[in-house]
Amino acid sequence: MAATPSVPAVGLGRRLATQLDRTFAIVDYEVRKLRRDPSELLLRAVQPALWLLVFGEVFTEVHVIPTGNLTYLQFLAPGVLSQSVLFIAIFYGIASIRERELGIIYKFLVSPASRISLVTGKALSASVRGLSQATIVYLLAIALGVHPSLDPLDILGVLVAVVLGASLFATLSMIIASLVKTQERFLGIGQLLTMPLFFASSAIYPISIMPTWLRPIAYANPLTYLVDAVRKLMIPASTSVFPLAVDFAVLLGATIVLILVESRLYPRMAQ
Amino acid sequence: MSTLVAQSITRVFGRFTAVDHISFEVGEGEVFGILGPNGAGKTTTIKVLTTLLPLTSGTATVAGFDVTQQPAQVRAVIGYVPQLISADPLVTGYDNLRVFARLYQVPRAERDARIESALEFMGLSEFARTPVKYYSGGMIRRLEIAQALLHRPRILFLDEPTVGLDPVARDAVWGQIERLREEFRTSVVLTTHYMEEADRLCDRLAIMHRGRIVASGPPSSLKADMGTPGATLEDVFAHFAGEGLDTGVGFRETQRTRRTAIRLE
Repeated sequence: MAATPSVPAVGLGRRLATQLDRTFAIVDYEVRKLRRDPSELLLRAVQPALWLLVFGEVFTEVHVIPTGNLTYLQFLAPGVLSQSVLFIAIFYGIASIRERELGIIYKFLVSPASRISLVTGKALSASVRGLSQATIVYLLAIALGVHPSLDPLDILGVLVAVVLGASLFATLSMIIASLVKTQERFLGIGQLLTMPLFFASSAIYPISIMPTWLRPIAYANPLTYLVDAVRKLMIPASTSVFPLAVDFAVLLGATIVLILVESRLYPRMAQ
Repeated sequence: MSTLVAQSITRVFGRFTAVDHISFEVGEGEVFGILGPNGAGKTTTIKVLTTLLPLTSGTATVAGFDVTQQPAQVRAVIGYVPQLISADPLVTGYDNLRVFARLYQVPRAERDARIESALEFMGLSEFARTPVKYYSGGMIRRLEIAQALLHRPRILFLDEPTVGLDPVARDAVWGQIERLREEFRTSVVLTTHYMEEADRLCDRLAIMHRGRIVASGPPSSLKADMGTPGATLEDVFAHFAGEGLDTGVGFRETQRTRRTAIRLE
């Protein structure tokens, strides 16, 4: 047998830069796809608008949910922003299933890009969609007199939280896609997950009014940390459940763990 | 030195042995065909050689790199066109190539020139800015081959490259595979169940049946070995595999193959 050629010694920094460039190649490609068909983004804006305009306005009138010094609409707007990020990301795995059925996924997996950079690229692409949602909800909030913080640092913080949250839920979605592989089962599980994640979070009511059995679930729910961070940054007068550092650490940590899990599962899509 | 060396490679799915201890070598600039009915193990063979599936046993090296020990290095030197459609219909031909030029780290300064020359080689220059959903079947296949050539691979794997194409488009793809060998000395491994394709393109053939290679050699000598004047590859195949083309392919694979064929029409 022929001797195995030695692998050229390349520094760790150089290798990381290469993989990072590949990650952004995927993001660039996904954004190009999105630009060809932006109708999805506009359709996705309808739901948060309804939550704010109908649900928000009604519950502001009836004063049944204790929101302290905030109006209910002020309490709700960050929740709706976070929820719309969840909803847009949690079905992102459908793209992996489509790519598997077409055959596109095989070509990504035979490329020299590491699995981690492929998965991270996909996750970040989902966050581009999340950012467009955040922009729309922010504009709606201003129009409805919520007075969200316009401090550039607060806005930057919201954007970072949205990128992390969208990446987190999109990766969770891709994990489900890698496990079930077919569209029918995937949609079923996606539906099953969305509502519990939404209701067991502080998106539309504070954790303090939840029944005690629900609270541990809310604390284990990543959406709670996204809502908490977005609410504190968007409405600085609100009281947060956790310090911002804790919110961001949980979001970042969970995203990294899920990306590592998915980069082990993703190659199974080609088998 | 051979570009590809497969030694006793085996892949088992549960109780089903898809590829059963097969060995072969492919030289530089050689077009090697794996001929067999659907379900013979051709696609599984390609998948283990392109690192998409782990080997159950055996060893394989591509350009000297071991597919099990050095998958990243193997991936950098191979090109692969799967049987299913792998071009994304939502974006243009150019955008389809661009993402792979970056994934394969084609230097930024060369990127556009490399994409243009790949498109030109495949006769697609004037459609670079057209979304792939408006391409014909033959154009899609040629775009996929263009994409697989961007990084100048040492060896190109083509899984059923002309399935679902009409005779004219098929002929165009064949012409391009021949030019590839002549101009770049790229080695090619292709699977097919078309006798005509095997006859025209391949320097050497392996006839695969139920996971095993039942005969191999240049098409001319396979035919000569039959001893009957005017023997065709069909006759060779029937001799080794029996008349029956009973393949045991499941519903899902049949559905996917047909879907690809329909999309390419």
